[in-house]
Amino acid sequence: MKIVVPVKRVVDYNVKPRVKADNSGVETQGVKMSMNPFDEIAVEEAVRLREKGAASEIVVVTIGVAEAQPVLRTAMAMGADRAILVQTEAALEPLAVAKLLKTIVDRENPGLVIMGKQAIDDDMNATGQILAARLDWPQGTFASAVSVENGRITVTREADGGLETVDLALPAVVTTDLRLNEPRYATMPNIMKAKKKPLETIAADTLGVDLAPRLETVTVIEPPVRKAGIKVASAAELVGKLRDEAKVI
Amino acid sequence: MTTLVLIEAEGASIKKASLSAVAAARVFGAVDVLLVGAEGAQEAARIEGITRVLHADSTPPLAECIAALIADRAAQYDHIVSAATAYGKNILPRAAGLLDVQPITEVIEIIDADTFVRPIYAGNALATVRSRDAIKVLTVRNANFEAAKLGETASAPIESVSAAVEIPDARFVGIALTHSDRPELETARVVISGGRGLKDAENFKLLEPIADRLGAAIGASRAAVDAGFAPNEMQVGQTGKIVAPDLYIAVGLSGAIQHLAGMKDSRVIVAINMDPEAPIFGVADYGLVGDLFEVLPQLQAALEA
Ligand SMILES: Cc1cc2nc3c(=O)[nH]c(=O)nc-3n(C[C@H](O)[C@H](O)[C@H](O)COP(=O)(O)OP(=O)(O)OC[C@H]3O[C@@H](n4cnc5c(N)ncnc54)[C@H](O)[C@@H]3O)c2cc1C
Ligand SMILES: Nc1ncnc2c1ncn2[C@@H]1O[C@H](COP(=O)(O)O)[C@@H](O)[C@H]1O
Repeated sequence: MKIVVPVKRVVDYNVKPRVKADNSGVETQGVKMSMNPFDEIAVEEAVRLREKGAASEIVVVTIGVAEAQPVLRTAMAMGADRAILVQTEAALEPLAVAKLLKTIVDRENPGLVIMGKQAIDDDMNATGQILAARLDWPQGTFASAVSVENGRITVTREADGGLETVDLALPAVVTTDLRLNEPRYATMPNIMKAKKKPLETIAADTLGVDLAPRLETVTVIEPPVRKAGIKVASAAELVGKLRDEAKVI
Repeated sequence: MTTLVLIEAEGASIKKASLSAVAAARVFGAVDVLLVGAEGAQEAARIEGITRVLHADSTPPLAECIAALIADRAAQYDHIVSAATAYGKNILPRAAGLLDVQPITEVIEIIDADTFVRPIYAGNALATVRSRDAIKVLTVRNANFEAAKLGETASAPIESVSAAVEIPDARFVGIALTHSDRPELETARVVISGGRGLKDAENFKLLEPIADRLGAAIGASRAAVDAGFAPNEMQVGQTGKIVAPDLYIAVGLSGAIQHLAGMKDSRVIVAINMDPEAPIFGVADYGLVGDLFEVLPQLQAALEA
């Protein structure tokens, strides 16, 4: 079975994002960029499925600028076999991303797509569900455990009140939650090896997909800053303040 | 203009988060609610300000089925809304995919019928976006909208509906619900959360008597969940639950931006941490620097005094 893993290049999760002065978006120039943390988990899970014998080939795909190539190399250093860059300068929305991913999935014909539940820049949590809908495949979102057997996948999902289990026919789309696994670090020899693995570039506008944005960004602002309050010296003083000043207990 | 709101029941009651979604949707005009599952229709019919209840009592609780059901009747609506719970976030984007619509998730403010505010970058920026889609598909954060009220009588008509489409092969196996007598995290008036500073699952229980005393829900940082001190559905943050209670008490957690994203809109924040430099103090109205193992028993005693 082949696995396709879509990965996104985002502002590193350790960086404090800054809103641009003209309120058009968040500053990404000169900022450290990395693979979306949920997508690292997706790559790791794909590699583990191959190690268990449930998968034979792992293809990573990103949709974005040429500078996203290092993210694909990182995924290959973690164990992916080859990579596809669908190149575009446009910042695409999940709907357009899902449509582009569908063209890749149609071409690659994988048994499983495993991807992040959420990109930590747009925090949309939508691309996997949209892709599954457009492929007419079943979906196992927010996965904290998966197992593949007899052409089906069992997914343990992080639901509102506890853990839910669904059993899906393959091919299917799975989106990862944080507790699915702990991604490995790429070792130096694997980083060297990844440099020689195949990386194909396809121009996004050759795929026959309507990429016109559906959302217009009116403005992006900093949220109101919350000011630090006071320090109290004891639990008794704290309870007094909560009762008499804040009146919340 | 009519809006379809996907609501959710727990037993025979409608979840509070769903009632907030209904209240948010009412600004657009008339509201139909869609309820999937055997129970809850009677209470749904009591929600004030709705036109009717569409009840899909035999549809399995799967995104594949529910999204198809929504897409099937979407032509009658110009907005499709649900709470931004794990339930809504699983289903609505799939429905949007079927409808060729770009969904707008985690809405915190509705400016007008096409324009919405949503946090991005873990709440470090707020984006106002205007949708060009004919149908708007939204999930809304319940903390930002009052809940719709329940009337005395079940006055909205209940109409039975079912999906007329083939769905992909998916089976619902089951759900292991974590039982708790405490209030729901997302809608509790008081939340007390613990972090890695609690050290182990046994110590994490130190929060319980205080939660009992305050009628509080218990939350956790991701580190506490990862270390097995608390189950995953207790996680507060960018990738966990978003809460905005009247009082949030953070115990032994540092206040990473991903955690703050889930609680910084609380009305009053208290931080208990032994590191005076911990970032949580930067957002706390009341900070207490100290060893939580000394402070928690004192806090309990002071509350009882
Ligand atoms: C993509 C992504 C998403 C994430 N999503 C979330 C999320 O949704 N929610 C979330 O919480 N995190 C999330 N995280 C993790 C986040 O970055 C932090 O790692 C996490 O919040 C830290 O948890 P903590 O504060 O409990 O632990 P720590 O940062 O280790 O803090 C422990 C604190 O306890 C204090 N302490 C220790 N002992 C005592 C004592 N005896 N008395 C008093 N104080 C004591 C210490 O001073 C310290 O400040 C995410 C990370 C990533 C990469
Ligand atoms: N530009 C992209 N290229 C490849 N994968 C993407 C891209 N954008 C989103 N994804 C995938 O979709 C997931 C969810 O993203 P989102 O719906 O934007 O929160 C991410 O974790 C990625 O796996």
